[in-house]
Amino acid sequence: MTVQELPGAGASHRSTPPPAWRPRTDAAPLLPDPEPYRVLGTPAAEKLDPELMRRCYAELVRGRRYNAQATALTRQGRLAVYPSTVGQEACEIAAALVLEEQDWLFPSYRDTLAAVARGLDPVQALTLLRGDWHTGYDPREYRIAPLCTPLATQLPHAVGLAHAARLRGDDVVALALVGDGGTSEGDFHEALNFAAVWQAPVVFLVQNNGFAISVPLAKQTAAPTLAHKAVGYGMPGRLVDGNDIAAVHEVLSDAVRRARAGGGPTLIEAVTYRIEAHTNADDATRYRGDAEVEAWKAHDPVELLERELTARGMLDEAGIREAKEAAEAMAATLRDRMNAEPVLDPMDLFENVYAEQTGRLREQAEMLRAELDAEEQS
Amino acid sequence: MAQALQRAMRDAMAQDPTVHVMGEDVGTLGGVFRITDGLAKEFGEERCTDTPLAEAGILGAAVGMAMYGLRPVVEMQFDAFAYPAFEQLISHVAKMRNRTRGAMPLPITIRVPYGGGIGGVEHHSDSSEAYYAATPGLHVVTPATVEDAYGLLRASIASDDPVVFLEPKRLYWSKAQWDPAAPAAVPGIGKALVRRTGASATLITYGPSLPVCLEAAEAAREEGWDLEVVDLRSLVPFDEETVMASVRRTGRAVVVHEANGFAGPGAEIVARIQEKCFHHLEAPVLRVTGFDIPYPPPMLEKHHLPGVDRILDTVARLQWEN
Repeated sequence: MTVQELPGAGASHRSTPPPAWRPRTDAAPLLPDPEPYRVLGTPAAEKLDPELMRRCYAELVRGRRYNAQATALTRQGRLAVYPSTVGQEACEIAAALVLEEQDWLFPSYRDTLAAVARGLDPVQALTLLRGDWHTGYDPREYRIAPLCTPLATQLPHAVGLAHAARLRGDDVVALALVGDGGTSEGDFHEALNFAAVWQAPVVFLVQNNGFAISVPLAKQTAAPTLAHKAVGYGMPGRLVDGNDIAAVHEVLSDAVRRARAGGGPTLIEAVTYRIEAHTNADDATRYRGDAEVEAWKAHDPVELLERELTARGMLDEAGIREAKEAAEAMAATLRDRMNAEPVLDPMDLFENVYAEQTGRLREQAEMLRAELDAEEQS
Repeated sequence: MAQALQRAMRDAMAQDPTVHVMGEDVGTLGGVFRITDGLAKEFGEERCTDTPLAEAGILGAAVGMAMYGLRPVVEMQFDAFAYPAFEQLISHVAKMRNRTRGAMPLPITIRVPYGGGIGGVEHHSDSSEAYYAATPGLHVVTPATVEDAYGLLRASIASDDPVVFLEPKRLYWSKAQWDPAAPAAVPGIGKALVRRTGASATLITYGPSLPVCLEAAEAAREEGWDLEVVDLRSLVPFDEETVMASVRRTGRAVVVHEANGFAGPGAEIVARIQEKCFHHLEAPVLRVTGFDIPYPPPMLEKHHLPGVDRILDTVARLQWEN
């Protein structure tokens, strides 16, 4: 039965028409382009800034080595877990490089590399994953929020912080990182909605790496792209090739500039791929085939940039060697420092639960103290 | 009480420019209970903000604001409406100080109108204090008097730790005399008060059940019982000293609250009393609580809520030797 055939269809039920309705915002300028934005391998690459790109290259090489070293540390039992960003380094590095010193980064548990590229001590960045404490640094010192394990819950924090900074008249932009799986969470929705209503200076970067552990994007969302979700909140959505660091850097820079100028939030979807498993505890062969992984390896972020820069004469053999040597030196230092046994004080368990310890905690601390003393004597 | 709460926020905002009130309907409307009435007008919408309708978003944004040095005071409108914000509360608000090893405390006050007795329909009368009290890192306080409504809210806003501030809805319209020009000095968070002294048994209670307990104590005089009434005021931290001192004096105790009994705050209090005061007890410590049922429909709530008679019947059972 079509609408026209429905009983009463076509007849006017309304004695008076409803008040005139119009959408609040023109949706068209908010819509992402149908194809991810690319720079490398396109004519747009002619305008690349050689100095910035050489820095990106050095960071990419260092990031790839960092991923390898961290994965090795899990095999040696030095890290409890490591969620790899091999294949996603361009997103991580670009996110760190577009921020000014006063800006804030809100990473998820997978974004250690972004925090390190922003300047966080690699050992402090690995504190959570090593298991010796939850957060190994003062977030205010680096303007990096604690690595966030629950999905998307850091996004409303980014909105609140950016909003507070703006209320105080400070020039601060917050950049929040989230994965494709995180976009299904309620906090993703609430954060984007708050950000748009408040016109908060926030940039949301979704690293769509294809899988939420094992669940592919097609089972995660029915949206045309994750960037399309922006339109529903009244903010622009941008789609970018997440393996093309020049493109990610440019799209992020535009969004950061826009936020800084009072233009409000942007949602960016970077299309990338997680080359390794979700973590060392995951068996990726159960949910994806080698052909798919190999196809993405052919679109590697480090090689993409290296090819472009070499072809354009912005990078030579010496430059490549220099980047690799710097990365090796970083890895060696990291390995040495991570091999040192962390010194832990069990009495720290009772510190920093409250500003002032409660009576109950004092009792429990005394109990542990006595247990430790007894252990020492035996 | 509504007026005292409003005054507490107003004074805190006037004194400290970092205090921001936020929540659904708190601005133009002044809150569904009018607790934030006039704040947006006096301090501007930037400091008393109508947010989108999203509890996780409200509390999550408050976390970010507190990270940047503000002191958000968040309204959750109704007890059961706060549940969408539980992940933010438990995973972030309660833990931020601890997970950053003291580097980033979160001074957030979360105002939750709670409890029944106002004829509210489903999802408007829950007593959710056990969930909050079971979460390390949160302070949980609840005023039962107009003075405490003012004093405890000021103390909560001034606290460098997150505080869940439970407002007994049915006491909002309490007509107790209170001079806003001279707010009484109130002990801060973590101190219980003996509201009525007595010798034969202690009633331990808080929030909406305090007036019921005081009424029961008066009625008990006819039965020859001289009841002491302790108002906890703060569930976390728990003032063990005041409670135990009272129980040692009287030798008998009943814990009274509206929340469900099973795994409710009373269970913890009874356990602690028997751990600390076993040799002083003349009888088992008893509880008068709401039934272990989802909050009932308004026409039946009077049967669920602990009333004077149920308290007196329980007190009668303290004559253990019989």
